[in-house]
Amino acid sequence: MSAVTTDSPTGPVGPAPMAPPNVSPLRTAHQGLQLAWRSVLKVKANPEEVLGLILQPIMFVTLFVFVFGQAMMGDWQAYRDFLMPGIIAQSVIFATLGTGFSLSQDVEKGIFDRFRSLPIARSAPLVGAILGDLVRYTITVVMVLVVGLAIGFRPEGGALGVIAAGALILLFAFALCWMSAFVGMIVRTPMSVQAFGMIMMFPLTFGSSAFVAPESMPSWLQTVAVNNPVSHVVDAMRGLMLDGDVAGPVLWTLGWTAIITAVFFPLAAWAYRRRT
Amino acid sequence: MTHAIRAEGLVKEFKGKRALDRVDLTARKGTVLGVLGPNGSGKTTSVRILATLLRADGGYAEVDGFDVLRHPHEVRRLIGLTGQYAAVDEELTGTQNLVLIARLLGFDRARARVRSAELLEGFALSDAADRPTKGYSGGMRRRLDLAASMIGGPSLLYLDEPTTGLDPHSRNELWEVVRRQVENGVTVLLTTQYLEEADHLADDLVVLDHGRVISEGTPEQLKDRAGTQVLELRTSEADQLGLAIKVVEAVTSSPVSDDGLTARVPVTDSAVLPEVVRRLDEQGVAVGELSLRKPSLDEVFLALTGQPAEPQEISEETST
Repeated sequence: MSAVTTDSPTGPVGPAPMAPPNVSPLRTAHQGLQLAWRSVLKVKANPEEVLGLILQPIMFVTLFVFVFGQAMMGDWQAYRDFLMPGIIAQSVIFATLGTGFSLSQDVEKGIFDRFRSLPIARSAPLVGAILGDLVRYTITVVMVLVVGLAIGFRPEGGALGVIAAGALILLFAFALCWMSAFVGMIVRTPMSVQAFGMIMMFPLTFGSSAFVAPESMPSWLQTVAVNNPVSHVVDAMRGLMLDGDVAGPVLWTLGWTAIITAVFFPLAAWAYRRRT
Repeated sequence: MTHAIRAEGLVKEFKGKRALDRVDLTARKGTVLGVLGPNGSGKTTSVRILATLLRADGGYAEVDGFDVLRHPHEVRRLIGLTGQYAAVDEELTGTQNLVLIARLLGFDRARARVRSAELLEGFALSDAADRPTKGYSGGMRRRLDLAASMIGGPSLLYLDEPTTGLDPHSRNELWEVVRRQVENGVTVLLTTQYLEEADHLADDLVVLDHGRVISEGTPEQLKDRAGTQVLELRTSEADQLGLAIKVVEAVTSSPVSDDGLTARVPVTDSAVLPEVVRRLDEQGVAVGELSLRKPSLDEVFLALTGQPAEPQEISEETST
């Protein structure tokens, strides 16, 4: 991780606190929504990104199902059903990298300075970016599902189960966003945010139950995979979309979501204040 | 209150390196304060402290009577900031960029549109209003950036090297825009490494070098302080310039510089002028143009710092 801040160690710590009393919660929310709308406009104005959001799920689902399916389970249809919740989770988790990336870009381009020089809530740019990104993640979830349905995925949990699973992964992504925002604030350039994020995201998603059952892994990895929060999310989604345990994994997921948020929201806010 | 900006003894260190060393800045209301200096002299650091983006390690600064540390929100209500890089969203159109800022400042949808259209018109961007800004020229982006900082009708405008990288035409256009704001009563804090720009726009100047104020005053005073005047000479026949230079050198006993057309020499005593004319006449040199003028700010900077005002490879302002 490269340089963190430029404040002198002897100097006072960070500028004004977030959300000064001058900005009411209602106005803060309004400002956050305006900035979320900015993210949506940026996606709309960028056909390449929209195309990427559409093509990537098609590519991943097709590759995984048809390349690994037969080898994994002797039957690609069976693997498809096993894989779908996992690949939805994986796609969304990787997409959270975008939060840190775009925040870092805003800093680099000076747009961040403009926002911070406006009489708006200190937290508005951060909250806005993350709200806007939730729109992107929703598109990702829907796209992966559409591709799955197109190749014959018929979740037994029905529409309700699918919606519940989608909501759960979005909630989890919301927590991960703060982690991504934190990385985006402490790493100096957008490129290194991406590189650093990849190093975090690959083990997190592949060392879980998303693609293979942990039972097939060596015992040390099994221990990691079983306790990986991503496994809990994926297990919960499998329970909701297909069959299997629901209550246990869902509780674990909610617990992890709370913990990740509790750790990384303050860290992201702190790094954001310190970023000069 | 007559002071829009008052800063005393500002100190800022980055990793133990002094970026600002007891800098005092004062901007009178409705005037342009120019902060002049090479790269790494502390210009941007000063602006960022006054814009509440950066906390000083020492010293005191107030904007329109509001302490930047204790009342940052009030300060932000008063200022418009245009940073070194045009801070506009490339994917969004000119209108979308401005409407976003207006909405953030609390304009409702209709008023945000009206205000944006007004500013786009005023900054000659109406034709490009609905195009994404990635297709804008450098000058257009800077103007849009400036328009964005004007949305809330700030009484102070901070311009951090607003014309860096612009062609002369765009630069002149931007100067015109800045002058219009000053006519409307806006106070401007302008940083620049272009002496010509400071000379054109600033009412008062502060010269920074390595984080210290090395000189201040009006552009005129600074030129006076540099002490010398400059004698400029052009001969009617270009081939007589060499002879003329010899004559002038003999009179002033200073080295004469020339660009093949015009000879220049710093002089301390204006009495040399008649002497030069007499000697040239004796030598039969036909004088095309002869003048005594105050030195340019470039020459002043050289006199004040002992080095030319060229961008230096010092990057203590790593504060992105």
